[in-house]
Amino acid sequence: MEAFFFFLLAAIAVVSAILLVLFRNPVYSALSLVTTFFCLAGFFVLLDAYFLAAVQVIVYAGAIMVLFLFVIMLLNLGHPDAVEPGVTRYRRTSVILLAVMLLAEVGLMGARRLGAPAPEEGALFTENIPYIGRLLYTDYLFPFEVASLILLVALIGVVVLVKRQPEADGGPSAAETGTQEPA
Amino acid sequence: MAVPTSYYVILSAILFAIGVAGVLTRRNAIVIFMCIELMLNAVNLSFVAFARHLGHGDGQVFVFFVMAVAAAEVAVGLAIIIALFRNRQTVDVGEVNLLKW
Amino acid sequence: MAYAIESLIKIVVVLGGIMGTVAYLSLAERRISAFIQNRLGPNRVGPFGLLQPMADGLKFLFKEDVIPRHVSRVIYIAGPAAVFVPAFIGFAVVPFGDTLSLFGRTIQLQVADLNIGILYILAVSSLAVYGVVLGGWASNNKYALLGGIRASAQMISYELSLGLSLIGVLMITGSLRLNDVVTAQATHSLFGFLPRWNVFTQPLAFVIFTVASFAETNRLPFDLPETEQELVAGYHAEYSSMKFTMFMMAEYAHIITASAVIATLFFGGWHCPGIAPSDTTLAASLLKVLAFSIKTGFFLFFYIWMRWTLPRFRYDQVMRLGWKMLLPLALANVFVTGLILTLSR
Repeated sequence: MEAFFFFLLAAIAVVSAILLVLFRNPVYSALSLVTTFFCLAGFFVLLDAYFLAAVQVIVYAGAIMVLFLFVIMLLNLGHPDAVEPGVTRYRRTSVILLAVMLLAEVGLMGARRLGAPAPEEGALFTENIPYIGRLLYTDYLFPFEVASLILLVALIGVVVLVKRQPEADGGPSAAETGTQEPA
Repeated sequence: MAVPTSYYVILSAILFAIGVAGVLTRRNAIVIFMCIELMLNAVNLSFVAFARHLGHGDGQVFVFFVMAVAAAEVAVGLAIIIALFRNRQTVDVGEVNLLKW
Repeated sequence: MAYAIESLIKIVVVLGGIMGTVAYLSLAERRISAFIQNRLGPNRVGPFGLLQPMADGLKFLFKEDVIPRHVSRVIYIAGPAAVFVPAFIGFAVVPFGDTLSLFGRTIQLQVADLNIGILYILAVSSLAVYGVVLGGWASNNKYALLGGIRASAQMISYELSLGLSLIGVLMITGSLRLNDVVTAQATHSLFGFLPRWNVFTQPLAFVIFTVASFAETNRLPFDLPETEQELVAGYHAEYSSMKFTMFMMAEYAHIITASAVIATLFFGGWHCPGIAPSDTTLAASLLKVLAFSIKTGFFLFFYIWMRWTLPRFRYDQVMRLGWKMLLPLALANVFVTGLILTLSR
């Protein structure tokens, strides 16, 4: 049963990833990436990482890709007249590089033969979420706090980067970012 | 009959390789960014596969942090692309070559 | 094998229930809005207008389905479908009753008993953005695109408050499963007589979650993405006949799922104040389903009532409310709840 879902999701994920690279319209590429993310959430469920599967959908498919689509539409890059040519440079190099990487990986994995995983006991499998929660707040508390700081810095950085400078004549120039407070 | 961990690692390698191909061959900055996200996700898959193989939670916690940092990175990267677009009216990385010698 | 058949039957029952409620919700909206506006509403087709949804359905079926030439065909056609999916799969984790003892089997009245129920609801509600955004973009129309962009900005802004307000509920329950959330509310120990519903223990979270649900379902006072006056029907401007109907039905399905989730998380779900949770007779089970339906029905009425009472928010007011008011309040709620729970141990 697990094998059937693994191969099905793997096929969909690989095909969507290839389409991501090949599509010329960025909106279609973004949608292929969303499909890949859903397949990855499926893999996380197969690997008993339920919390991560939900977080993958919430963060990646639900927020990050919406942000990508938002920016693509804001900059009007998906318009049929504005579509850039797709795969142009380094085509031969990348294919050779990819083939080499893949052969090396399959060869290595074949030689190592990482077989079936450990039997499914232990707190990681029986109660996944409390276990992860406890790990996050005891062993990994410092990285957790640092991650929240990173997010804060990113938040401030984004606001500063995208803020429009006020015009030289003193009038407000916020046309599309309309945050005018009427008294 | 669980799927062997090596299958997951090979799949992760395939996705990573496709991501690398995308970064090398595409010219649209946003699509390059999306391929970077694909690479990060491939690595996440590998981490979680090994976490199950070893029975530790460390792999999953690391994936959690990777997701948080990737979210921050996407926000900042897209802000840079928007700022770039405002100045140069393009997101084609071939055209952003003022500093090229 | 028996479990698969049981699940299939449950899925069919839930789907049928939601679709039937969607049809009659459209009639209810028109009648209730009419009463609010001091008129009668549709009451000619069948007794009390009860066959009106059939007439509407037939009308839409016979309308011409126009696909404009310059749209992106695949996404244009996929848009309405993408709006439907999150509403239906969100209902899969909602327990609409306790257990039913039928033919010697004990049937759990919930389609899927996930151990990450609350996270699943958050995940599914964050997927609701896609249909609106893609429908707006695929229409190749400036007004539709603006509607889609506004919708995406509004929906992702209110997702944060939605999630943070649920953390208070999670802290009190101690588990992410929705069945545990309901059974934790099923006691009568608050001030001696009040049931321990989360609306009494987490009132601020309830208010924030309800307001955020209004924003997530694009429902007045947050329906800027589809304003009639400003955007010429917004993201569904270029849709006609069945696809337009699907957008409308999907919005009603979203409202139903949101009401069911609010009833489950804050009003005790299937808990009926007089019946002990351990009572498993058929009558008790049916009464619990009825209690759930009444609570959900009340919130459906509340959604319709709010639509025809409150004026629409302006875009900057929507953003300010989401980021500057609801988000700090939700964070404060988490903080205060944590403080009280720690001090009471």
